[in-house]
Amino acid sequence: MKRYSVFALARNALRFGPGWPALWRSPDPKASYDAVIVGGGGHGLATACYLASEHGITNVAVLEKGWIGGGNTGRNTTIVRSNYLWDDAAALYEKSLQLFEGLSQALNFNVMFSQRGVFNLGHSVHEMRDIARRVNANRLNGIDGRLVGADELARLLPILNVSARGRYPVLGASFQPRGGVARHDAVAWGLARAADARGVDIIQNCEVTGIRRERGRVAGVETTRGYIRARKVGLVAAGHSSVLASMADVRLPIESHPLQALVSEPMKPVLDTVVMSNAVHAYISQSDKGELVVGAGIDSWNGYGQRGSFGTVEGALAAIVEMFPIFSRVRMLRHWAGIVDTTPDACPIIGETPVRGLFVNCGWGTGGFKATPGSGWVLAHTMATGEPHPLNAPFALNRFVTGRLVDEHGAAGVAH
Amino acid sequence: MLLIECPWCGPRDESEFSYGGEAHIVRPPEPDRLTDEEWADYLFMRKNPRGRHLEQWCHAHGCRQWFNAERDTVTSEIVRIYRVE
Amino acid sequence: MSISQPFRLVGGGRIDRRRRVDFRFNGLRFEGYRGDTLASALLANGVRTVGRSIKYHRPRGFVGSGAEEPNGIFTVRHTGVEGSTIPHAPGTVVELVEGLEAHAVNGWPSLRFDFAGGLQWLGGMLSAGFYYKTFMWPRAAWHWYEWAIRRMAGNGRAPDGPDPDRYDKRNAFCDVLVVGGGPAGLAASLAAARAGARVILADDQPELGGSLLGARRQLGGKPAFAWVANCAAALADEPEVTVLSRTTAFGFYDHGFVAALERCTDHLPPPRRRGPRERVWRIRARRVVLAAGATERPLVFENNDRPGIMLAGAAAAYVNRYGVAPGRRAVVFTNNDSAWRAALDLVEAKIEVAAIVDVRPEPGGALAARAEAAGIPVLAGHAVVDTQGRNALRRVRAARLDGSGARNLDCDLLAVSGGWNPNLHLHAQSGGRPRFDETRGCFLPGPPVQAETGAGACRGTFRLDACVREGAQAGREAALAAGFRDVGVISAPSTDEEGTTDPDPAWAVHSRRPRPRRAFVDFQNDATAADLALAVREGFESIEHIKRYTLLGFGTDQGKTGNVNGMALAAGALGRSPAQVGTTTFRPPYTPVTFGAAAGLATGELHDPLRVTPMHEWHEAQGAVFEPVGQWLRPWYFPKPGEEMRAAVARECLAAREGVGLFDASTLGKIDLQGPDAAVFLDRIYTNDWSSLAIGRCRYGLMLGEDGMVMDDGVTARLGEHHYLMTTTTGGAAHVLGWLERWRQTEWPELRVRFTSVTDQWATIGVAGPRSRDLVASLCEEIDLGPESFRFMEFREGVFAGVPCRIFRISFTGELSFEINVPADYGRYAWDRIVERTEEFSITPYGTETMHVLRAEKGFIVVGQETDGSVTPVDLGMEWILSKKKDFIGRRSLARSDCRRPDRRRLVGLAAADPNEVLPEGAQLVDEPFTFLPVPMVGYVTSSYWSPNLGRSIALALVAGGRDRSRVFAALEDGRFVPVDVVSPVFLDPRGERQRG
Repeated sequence: MKRYSVFALARNALRFGPGWPALWRSPDPKASYDAVIVGGGGHGLATACYLASEHGITNVAVLEKGWIGGGNTGRNTTIVRSNYLWDDAAALYEKSLQLFEGLSQALNFNVMFSQRGVFNLGHSVHEMRDIARRVNANRLNGIDGRLVGADELARLLPILNVSARGRYPVLGASFQPRGGVARHDAVAWGLARAADARGVDIIQNCEVTGIRRERGRVAGVETTRGYIRARKVGLVAAGHSSVLASMADVRLPIESHPLQALVSEPMKPVLDTVVMSNAVHAYISQSDKGELVVGAGIDSWNGYGQRGSFGTVEGALAAIVEMFPIFSRVRMLRHWAGIVDTTPDACPIIGETPVRGLFVNCGWGTGGFKATPGSGWVLAHTMATGEPHPLNAPFALNRFVTGRLVDEHGAAGVAH
Repeated sequence: MLLIECPWCGPRDESEFSYGGEAHIVRPPEPDRLTDEEWADYLFMRKNPRGRHLEQWCHAHGCRQWFNAERDTVTSEIVRIYRVE
Repeated sequence: MSISQPFRLVGGGRIDRRRRVDFRFNGLRFEGYRGDTLASALLANGVRTVGRSIKYHRPRGFVGSGAEEPNGIFTVRHTGVEGSTIPHAPGTVVELVEGLEAHAVNGWPSLRFDFAGGLQWLGGMLSAGFYYKTFMWPRAAWHWYEWAIRRMAGNGRAPDGPDPDRYDKRNAFCDVLVVGGGPAGLAASLAAARAGARVILADDQPELGGSLLGARRQLGGKPAFAWVANCAAALADEPEVTVLSRTTAFGFYDHGFVAALERCTDHLPPPRRRGPRERVWRIRARRVVLAAGATERPLVFENNDRPGIMLAGAAAAYVNRYGVAPGRRAVVFTNNDSAWRAALDLVEAKIEVAAIVDVRPEPGGALAARAEAAGIPVLAGHAVVDTQGRNALRRVRAARLDGSGARNLDCDLLAVSGGWNPNLHLHAQSGGRPRFDETRGCFLPGPPVQAETGAGACRGTFRLDACVREGAQAGREAALAAGFRDVGVISAPSTDEEGTTDPDPAWAVHSRRPRPRRAFVDFQNDATAADLALAVREGFESIEHIKRYTLLGFGTDQGKTGNVNGMALAAGALGRSPAQVGTTTFRPPYTPVTFGAAAGLATGELHDPLRVTPMHEWHEAQGAVFEPVGQWLRPWYFPKPGEEMRAAVARECLAAREGVGLFDASTLGKIDLQGPDAAVFLDRIYTNDWSSLAIGRCRYGLMLGEDGMVMDDGVTARLGEHHYLMTTTTGGAAHVLGWLERWRQTEWPELRVRFTSVTDQWATIGVAGPRSRDLVASLCEEIDLGPESFRFMEFREGVFAGVPCRIFRISFTGELSFEINVPADYGRYAWDRIVERTEEFSITPYGTETMHVLRAEKGFIVVGQETDGSVTPVDLGMEWILSKKKDFIGRRSLARSDCRRPDRRRLVGLAAADPNEVLPEGAQLVDEPFTFLPVPMVGYVTSSYWSPNLGRSIALALVAGGRDRSRVFAALEDGRFVPVDVVSPVFLDPRGERQRG
């Protein structure tokens, strides 16, 4: 792997170097791997990367039906935070946030993790009570965060409408300073480059069409580029988890919904942090390029078409204009949808399925991007050792049988 | 923005309806005879197909009647609408 | 030629030369005419450099004349109109109005001299994706790098105040929607209209005509504009036709839903503006005819971005439509015939054309003779390989394709044409998959997925007469498909059409310099051919990757000019054909849409419906402080003048337990259930037994989700043999009604029971306190209110203050209490009758906060406060309400192992060791204070109040193991750990004697 640095850039510009090599190879699939990851999004690439770097398992293929990072990794609003209510969720997302904090250096690829802070607004006494509960839990879990009153919020965010006249007046917020945003494509590419450098085969345009089992355990995957043997297969294909799992007769408590997002035209800096609101259901930040990045809600119905639905966008923009009146004349440049797996408790499912050797990592709902490295970290551990990492043990598929759900939307609302 | 044909009121915009998810999930008549696994299957597990989906809709801001639809989850095409029983 | 507009042609154009319009650009005054765009007016004034590019800060001028413009972007506002800033407007679509102020979006200190312009000499370091390769050291420094990068990036400036304008929406339905008012769209609209179809024609220009607005063409032997005028007049006469000008159809969604944005007032001087600034049309169409035209694409060569280099069609449009000379001496560079026509138009306008440089060895077709007649030198088999000029174009260098025969041509205008791209956006948004056509050198629409047809240039038909024919045919077929009569073949006028727009593929022209670096593909994002090559070399193979890595097509023009060139170049670098590489996704909107317009009227008070009770005005008059609960606005407390919240609530709490407290409970959900199977139904929905409830009695019920978690609660009364009245929580009413309907209709259709929401039909007045019986009795004579005849948990019908009423003797306060329901229209009247007796019965109105304190003193739960979707009835200590004799929704789930865990969190009361310490709600509870992080949490405070009746603080909490713990610590945000005793959640009157009294 050719190291990136400002000096390398200068050398290359002056043509002293041989030019930049490919970020990753494009090998043909081998007949057999120790482990196959289905899905070349951030989570799948992180899993492969950590299988190689943390567990020494390098005979690994990542199979991607399209192009890597082309699913939800490339369609989200890039928010990273860990201020979740329940201990289990908070620990998992906090691990991920910590990995994000060193990710650019670990990958030698600038993922532009910008810790500009995340505000979650409260618009009613009821919401403020839930926010207080969550902030208190975060602090005792060692996660940074504090309550911010309406007056301080008005000082910190002068463009926010905190007037009592609003339909949903802003009463306060939680603030996580270490939260922020990262460059989503860079996360996928950086992980792919690092995984490739450690020997992982990244195989694009390779769609899995079947999962072969022998005596109750996984044997390999059928693909559009032939059969690939593997004793361990990880399904990491957000949005399409049910489709893949059904190939091995595994039922999942998942429904896939389109999640809407949009960006504005790029402007000079005007919003230096991330603002989220559950009650009006919208969240917003400004990218380094200057676009306002706005997250909207999901369409209520199951859907696999990655198309935007205008009604949802209208609702989100009404909320944005309500919160930030000065954005009324800003213009929407494009909107789109990703396909998110939603679970009954708004928490992911990570672990082995009833089919031995077949692992799933799915159900991240609307909030998977922030978990990218953490999710890969724990799934790599689970696949390498056959045992769940303590961080993902609570997120086994079996919790839907025992009833031990980790209900994050009950109390904490949005899981973005 | 789907256009959904309520069997009682005719075609209406999606915004008038609420969605009920997968159709034809029958509540087990004797839940106590089910194992926890079987109960979880009824409670949580869903087909979630990519393609034709049998699903429930309610004309919530209209006649409040529930009905079923067969819809393609990729193209959003509604193939048929049929009443519950 | 006017001095102030040195580049204005003497005649011609569709501008109104009698109406002069003053405007400003970067602080300088200029003058143009009504009918100009900001772009044409600036060009008329000889302003050629209008911006600096985003990455290298190179000077840039207008490339196009419409929505495709990548360079000429401005922050515009109107003098004297507060908050009128539009951050990011292409000058080519901004109609000139008096008082317009435009500012270039980049360039400091000035456009001519931009300090950051030096960045282009770092070009080699700033190649595509360079930022991924650096700014990583030291780790903490990204914050600072980012600060600087953000200030360099971005284009316009955000408005600095609230929007003075309002926006509107309209839902519309039509048989045939025609997108585009050019030759094909006009013909389609007329044909569909003549068949009797209801037609909407949406066109983004101020006047109809489409491409004909910018071209000098003949149709049927007459100027094409006569034909346009005839069509417009004919459409105006059709009663079922709606023509929407200045309206851009920007998104094609599911099931024939097309969204369009109408710009209503921006083109008017501020004093003449009336009504909404913009309007979103939400159109549901049976059939859609897409006649959206085509966009010309530039050619890629070294230094192809200097001001003065523009699309040939745009150059012609400035001449023909605006009467502006985009230069004095032009060179035309093309690979197809369309630019020859532009060259002839330039000559016609007395602009010298120094040469037509055409990559084709034998170019021009029938137009060649006319060019020769016009005396235009032609360089066939040549290409422009480089250009010169510091701030604007001065000279181009042309050479044979093998690099030989290079020569310089002085010029200040280079009109380029690399062929035409059909506008496929709406087709692709509707689900269509564009395919590459090798002959025509462009992407064409694929098979339609929705009820949609293309016509004219947007499906690759470029001959004018063919466009008209195709449009008429599409309109005819659309009407037919929508169920209207067949009008037969419509004759179309013939045209002077000559030549072809099928280009010779010439995706990029390279000089013999080893590594051309300034051959731009995407002007707005400074993506070059070299960047594309680099992306491919670095292993990016998918066009989506290449797009993301180089930012090709990510600008505000969404790559309308650059994308196809970029795709073709990437295909070349990959050794594939454009067909194999394909297009990137066409995402809506086609052109940017104002946030405020998408929001429409749903801002401020109209953001969400607001519900108030019949007594609301009285509450307001009393100075109540309100609390939003769902969509409702409820009185939170009623402060006396100068009274703080805590004092007001304490006063209200004491009054309700000593005199009479008066409470507006109208927001509680009320559902009327009728039918012979109502009792059976309630047995299944509620956890407890309902069949045994006698007529005239009430019972508290708890509803669970099928997952066993508490969902809603309330009191339900049996009004008659087959008639019940259910109450729900305020926030849960709609959900519960939907829940009942769903089970009844989809699971138990055999049950004969029906539901009606009567929340809004009844006003509910709660009176609580020892004297409440006397109060009610004073207004309600025929009901015997005696403690033995009207017992707790009973209801009576009768007359209250002369109004028919239902009185329920139920209590959420633990006091003797009555809930009086009267028809909503009499709510205020009945309320006033009670208030009249304030002194006699010492009545005190109280709000939701006092209601919460009173119920917490009694340990009554509030769903959503003591519960959060993860709490079972057992957790709440409510085993008594779970029937063992029957099945009910959620029962089976309670038997799962996790629901039977002994260490589940259970409802308890908390008494802080310091009785004056009111714990903050949401405080977490721990066993051991001051331990290392993470501190294990054993529960949290769900409700907490100062109880004036007890003279101490009280709280409810969910705690692991419940009363097995005797003491815990509340961890406060200020770092303190407060010792707290775990006690019974019932703090007052545990035997319930007061409410039964």
